[in-house]
Amino acid sequence: MFDNLSEKLDKAFHVLKGHGQITEINVAETLKEVRRALLDADVNFKIAKEFTNTVKEKALGQNVLTTLQPGQLMVKLVKDELTELMGGDAEEIDLSGNPSVILMSGLQGSGKTTFSGKLANYLKNKKTKKPLLVACDVYRPAAIDQLHVVGDQIGVEVYSDRDNNDPVAIAKAGIAHAKSTGCNVVIIDTAGRLAVDEQMMDEISNIHKAIEPQETLFVVDSMTGQDAVNTAKAFNDVLNFDGVILTKLDGDTRGGAAISIKSVVDKPIKFIGTGEKMEAIDVFHPSRMADRILGM
Amino acid sequence: AGKSKVDDEVLDNLEEVLVTSDVGVNTTLKIIERIEERVSRDKYMGTDELNTILREEIAGLLSETNSGEDTEIAVPKDKKPYVIMVVGVNGVGKTTTIGKLAHKFKASGMKVVLGAADTFRAAAIDQLEVWAKRVDVPIVKQKMGSDPASVAFDTLNSAVAENADVVLVDTAGRLHNKVNLMNELSKVKRVMQKVVPDAPHEVLLVLDGSTGQNAFEQAKQFTKATEVTSLAVTKLDGTAKGGVVIGISDQFQIPVKYIGVGEGIEDLQVFNKFEFVDSFFKI
Ligand SMILES: Nc1nc2c(ncn2[C@@H]2O[C@H](COP(=O)(O)OP(=O)(O)OP(=O)(O)O)[C@@H](O)[C@H]2O)c(=O)[nH]1
Ligand SMILES: Nc1nc2c(ncn2[C@@H]2O[C@H](COP(=O)(O)OP(=O)(O)OP(=O)(O)O)[C@@H](O)[C@H]2O)c(=O)[nH]1
Ligand SMILES: [K+]
Ligand SMILES: [Mg+2]
Ligand SMILES: [Mg+2]
Repeated sequence: MFDNLSEKLDKAFHVLKGHGQITEINVAETLKEVRRALLDADVNFKIAKEFTNTVKEKALGQNVLTTLQPGQLMVKLVKDELTELMGGDAEEIDLSGNPSVILMSGLQGSGKTTFSGKLANYLKNKKTKKPLLVACDVYRPAAIDQLHVVGDQIGVEVYSDRDNNDPVAIAKAGIAHAKSTGCNVVIIDTAGRLAVDEQMMDEISNIHKAIEPQETLFVVDSMTGQDAVNTAKAFNDVLNFDGVILTKLDGDTRGGAAISIKSVVDKPIKFIGTGEKMEAIDVFHPSRMADRILGM
Repeated sequence: AGKSKVDDEVLDNLEEVLVTSDVGVNTTLKIIERIEERVSRDKYMGTDELNTILREEIAGLLSETNSGEDTEIAVPKDKKPYVIMVVGVNGVGKTTTIGKLAHKFKASGMKVVLGAADTFRAAAIDQLEVWAKRVDVPIVKQKMGSDPASVAFDTLNSAVAENADVVLVDTAGRLHNKVNLMNELSKVKRVMQKVVPDAPHEVLLVLDGSTGQNAFEQAKQFTKATEVTSLAVTKLDGTAKGGVVIGISDQFQIPVKYIGVGEGIEDLQVFNKFEFVDSFFKI
C-alpha cells in the first residue's frame, strides 16, 4: 500500500514538467506527496504539516525551481531534513555512576523486559560491565519469571522479591544488592503503564525520585501510530527521560513515530530492537531511519 | 453551488481528527468523499448533522463486514469443542485477551480449556498459567521450546476427552514479515485438524490499539496465513484511538468483535461501532 516516495515525487514532478515552467504552486503540489508519505509512515499529523512547511521554505530558498532534476533535489532535501531532525550520531548511555542505574519506562508490551535483557547482555559483552537486572514489575502475570528466564539466557543475575509489592522498595534493595555484590550497572525493569494512568505514573515518578538513575529510557514500539506524541510527551513530563529505545524494527513498519517523538521531546534515540533474541540490539542511525520512513 | 468556507474548515478539522485517530489517509479521504457527496445531496447545514452523517458513514464501512450489533463470538452447540486460535504480532495483548475471554466464556456456563502454544517467549507459559488459575480453567502445556503444534494437538485431545465447549489456543507473538513463523501457524492449524477436522473455528487476530498504519500489513499477512475470522483491538483505555481498524475491517471484510480496555479480567468489551467512532472526538 505504500508507494515509494521517490516514485511519487518523480510522478509529481513529471506532471509539473509538462507545465513547462516550475512554479511555487508545483512545489506545493509535490509537498502534498511528501506529507502524504509521512502520514502513511505514521508521522504525527501536526508534525508532518510543520515538516512540509519547513521543507517548502528551504526548497524555495534553494534553487529547486530552476534545477534540471527537481525530483531528486527535493528527495535529498526531504531526506536531509528528516535525518537532521532525528539527531546526529548515535548517543552512548551514561555509565559514569557506581553503580550506574538505568530505569526502563514505557507502555504495555513495548519491549521493556526484552530490552532490559538485551542491554544487560550488550553491556556485559561489549563494555565488560557486570550488570544486575532488577524486577520491579509486580503486576503483569509472570513478569518476574520472564526477567529470570532472560537473565538465565544471558548469564546475568536478576534481583527480585516476590513477597514485596512495592516497586520503589524493590528498586532500592536491588541497587543495594548491586553494591554489595560488585555489580556496576543496575537495569531496572518496570511494569508497562499508560500515560493516562495517574496512579501508575506517580509510581514510576516515585521510583525515579528514589533512585536518581543516570539513565532513564523510554521504550517505544516502532509500530506506534499517531498517539506516539501524546505518550512520549506525558512520560517525558513526568520523568524527563534521557533517551528513547525503538523496538521491533525487524518488522516492516515505516516507523514515523521516531520523528514524532524526537520532535516533541527532543531526546536522542539511543538503541533499536531488531528481534526477539538477546543479540538483536543495534545503535540508532538517523539516516537509515530517514530512508526507512520515506520507503527508500 | 460551491461549498461555503465553513464547510471546508469543518472538513479539514474532520481530516485532522480522523488522521490523528490512525484512520489513515486512504480511509480518511474515502470517508470525507462520502460526506462531501452527502453534503451536496442533502444540503448539509449544521455541524450537528455532520456528526450524525459521520457516524453513519464510518459505521457503514464497519457494518459492511457485520461489525456492530451483537458482535460477540458465538459458540455453536453443534461444534464441540469450539476452537479459537489467537494470533498477532509481539506484545499486542494476545495472552491477556485469552484470559479475559476464558473468563467471559466460563461465566456464561461453558467449559473452557487453554492451550499454551507459545513455547518461545520467556515465561509465556507461566503467564498463561497465572490466567488459567485466575479464571479457574484447565491449561494444557509442555515445556518451553517444545513444538507449538504438538501443544495444540495435546490441547485439542484433552478438550475432546473432557467434553469441553471452548478451546483457546495462545500462540507466540510473531511479526507478519517472518515467513517461517507465519508458516508455523499453518502447521499448528493442520495438526489441530487431525483431532478436530474443522479446527480452528475462529482465528482471532489481536491488534494493539496504539499501532498505526502497519496494522494493515499485519491484517493482510495474518489473513493470508490463517484466514482470520475476527479482530480484537486492545489498549483502548489510553489515548490511542485504534482508527486503523476501520480500513482493515472494510478492506478485508473481517468484523471487529472485542476491545481491550485494561489489564484486568473484566476489561474486555464487545465492540460497539458508534461508541468507537465517538471516542475519536474525545480526548
Ligand atoms: N520482533 C521483535 N519482538 C520484540 C522486540 N522487542 C521485544 N519483542 C517482543 O515483544 C513482546 C513484548 O516484549 P516485552 O519485553 O515483554 O515487553 P514489555 O514492555 O516488558 O511488556 P510489559 O511488561 O507487559 O509492559 C515479546 O513477545 C517480545 O519478545 C524486537 O525488537 N523485535
Ligand atoms: N492497558 C491495557 N493493557 C493491556 C491490554 N491488553 C493487554 N495489555 C497489557 O499489554 C501487555 C502485553 O500483553 P500480552 O497479553 O502479554 O501480549 P501478547 O500479545 O500475548 O504478547 P507476546 O506473547 O509477547 O507476543 C501486558 O502488560 C498486558 O497486561 C489492554 O486492553 N489495556
Ligand atoms: K482511547
Ligand atoms: Mg515487561
Ligand atoms: Mg503472549
